[in-house]
Amino acid sequence: MEILVCVKRVPDTAENEIVVNGKGTDIERGDLVYSVNEWDNYAVEEAIQIRDRVGGTVTVVTVGDGDSEEILRREMAMGADKGILLSDDAFNGSDGKGVATILKSEIAKGKYDLILTGAQADDGAAQVGGMLAAMLDMPYASLVNKIETGSGNTIKIGREIEGGNQEMSEIDLPCVLSIQTGINEPRYVGIRGIRKVASVEIPVHGAGDLGVAAGSVGAAGAKVKRVDYFIPPAGEGAEILEGSSDEIAEKLIELLKSKGGIK
Amino acid sequence: MTQPIFAYIAHKNGVADDSALELIVAAKKIDPSASVTAIVCGNGAELDSVCTAMSAVYPDVWKVSNPALAYPNAEVIRGVLVNLLPASAVTLVPHDTFGMDLSPGLSIKLNAAFVSDVVGIEGVDGAVLKAVRQEFGGQVSTHIHCDMASGVVLNIRSGAFLADDSKASGAVTDKSGQAGDCKAKRRFIEVVAAEVGDVDITKSDVLVSVGRGIEEQDNIAIAQELADTIGAVVSCSRPIVDAKWLEKARQVGTSGKTVKPKVYIALGISGSFQHLGGLKGNPFIVAINKNPKAPIFQVADIGVVLDLLEFVPELTEKIKEMK
Repeated sequence: MEILVCVKRVPDTAENEIVVNGKGTDIERGDLVYSVNEWDNYAVEEAIQIRDRVGGTVTVVTVGDGDSEEILRREMAMGADKGILLSDDAFNGSDGKGVATILKSEIAKGKYDLILTGAQADDGAAQVGGMLAAMLDMPYASLVNKIETGSGNTIKIGREIEGGNQEMSEIDLPCVLSIQTGINEPRYVGIRGIRKVASVEIPVHGAGDLGVAAGSVGAAGAKVKRVDYFIPPAGEGAEILEGSSDEIAEKLIELLKSKGGIK
Repeated sequence: MTQPIFAYIAHKNGVADDSALELIVAAKKIDPSASVTAIVCGNGAELDSVCTAMSAVYPDVWKVSNPALAYPNAEVIRGVLVNLLPASAVTLVPHDTFGMDLSPGLSIKLNAAFVSDVVGIEGVDGAVLKAVRQEFGGQVSTHIHCDMASGVVLNIRSGAFLADDSKASGAVTDKSGQAGDCKAKRRFIEVVAAEVGDVDITKSDVLVSVGRGIEEQDNIAIAQELADTIGAVVSCSRPIVDAKWLEKARQVGTSGKTVKPKVYIALGISGSFQHLGGLKGNPFIVAINKNPKAPIFQVADIGVVLDLLEFVPELTEKIKEMK
C-alpha cells in the first residue's frame, strides 16, 4: 500500500508555556521547543505498521520552512521511507484551505492508496484532512482510532465518538483518514536512528513545482485570517493558596473536609 | 445582513442535542434579526419528533427524511446539505465528533470559508465575520476575521453560547425530495460501546484525577495513595489513557466518561475543553499544577501552584497523621 502521511512541526505544548508577545501579533517563539505534532506521530506509526503488514511505502510530507526538515527526518528515523518538504515564500500565511490546496497539488503528482493526517494540530482546527479529501473527491473519516486492512479495495475503520464509543465503518480506497491519539504506541526514536537518515536527500517542492496558482494559497488566498493572539480577561478563576507547602496543605485539608472531599 | 443562516440539528433517539438551542444563540450574534432555519436529517418517527420540537425554537425547520439518514454519516449528510443550501449560506454546525467529520469537507464543496471550534462571535463588518477561537489547548485565544462573502461554515463549541429562551412557532418544510441519492464511499457498520472498566468513576463523589503532569507511570501511585487515604477514586485525562498508564474507563472528558462528583482534585491536568466537557454538576474543583497559566485555574475553585510530585505525598502524609 502506498501511504502518505501529512505532518506538521509545532511548539511542543507539553514542554512549553505559551506566552503572547507584547503586541499580540504572535506567541513568544524564541525559547520554544518544537517537535512533530503529537497526533501526526501516531499517524506515522500507524502507516509504518500497515506497511510492515501489507507492504508498500510510507512517505511523510509537510508544508513549512527549512526548519521543518528536522521533523521529516525524525519520522524517517521512525521508519518512513521518504520525505517531501513543500516550501515556498508564497505559502506563508495560508489558511487551512491553503494548506490543503498545497498538499493536494503534491498528492496529484503521485499515486497513494491511503492518506493520513493527525486529527488536529497546534491551532486545534482539525480541518486540513477533511478539506483535502473533499478536494480530491476521496472518502474521509476523522478521529480514527482503529484501522483493519483487508485484501480488497476497502478497509474497516473505527472512529472515536462521544463517550469513548467507537463507530465502525467500511471505507473505499483511496481515502483520507485523520488519526486520533491512542490508536497505537509510537516507537521511540533514538539519536542513532536520526543519524542514519541525516544525509538522505529530501526533495523540496515550491509553488512552481506544484503548479499552485499564486492567488489560491498564502495570505492572498486566505479567507480566514488570524488577526491577533490574546489572553482572555480572566474570570473569577481559582483562589490560589499561598504560603509554605506545609501551610498550603493545611488550608487545603480544611477546605476538602468542609466540601466532603475527605471521608 | 442578507446571507441566510442555517443550523444543523444533531439528534439521537428522537431528541435534539443541547447544541440545537446554542446554535440559534450564536446565529443571532451574527445577525440579531436573522430568521434562522434548522435543518434536521433523519428517518421515521424519531425525525418527526425532533422537527416538532425544533419548530418551537426555530422559525423555519427543513426536514430531510431518508432511510440512509437513520444514522448520521457525514459523507451522506454533506451531499444532502450541498443540494439544499443556497449560495452564500452561513451554516452553523456543532463542533462535536460529527461536526469535525462533516464541516471541513462541506466548506470545500460549498466553496465557503470554514472556521473551526468557534468560542465567540463579535459581529459582522460588511462581509467580514469577526470570531474568537483558541489555540494551544486553550492556552491562548485569537481573533479571527473571515471573508464570508461566498458563504461560511462555522463549527460552534458546545457550551460557548448559552441557550436562551428562543421561541418560535415555525413551519416544518419537507425537503426530502431534494436530498439526492444518499450514496457514500464510507458505509456505517455499527457502534461498539466503550469498555466497562473495573472501577466506575461516575459513581464516586470524590475523584483524584491525573494528567500529563504526573510525568511517569510509576507516579500514578502518588495519586492512588491520596485517593485511598481520602476515600476517592482515581480518574484521568486523555494523555494518560493514550500512554496506556490507566484504562480508558478511567478517562474524564468528551471522549471519555461524563462525571458529576462533589469534589474533583485535578493533579497536573491542564484543563482542555474536551476534558472539562466531561465534568458536570458544578463540583468543587481543586487544581494542583506547577504551571500558573494552565487553563484549569480558570475553572477551579482552589488552586495550588506547586510541583504535584512533591506536594501531593506531603498532603497525603498530613491527612494520614490527622486521621
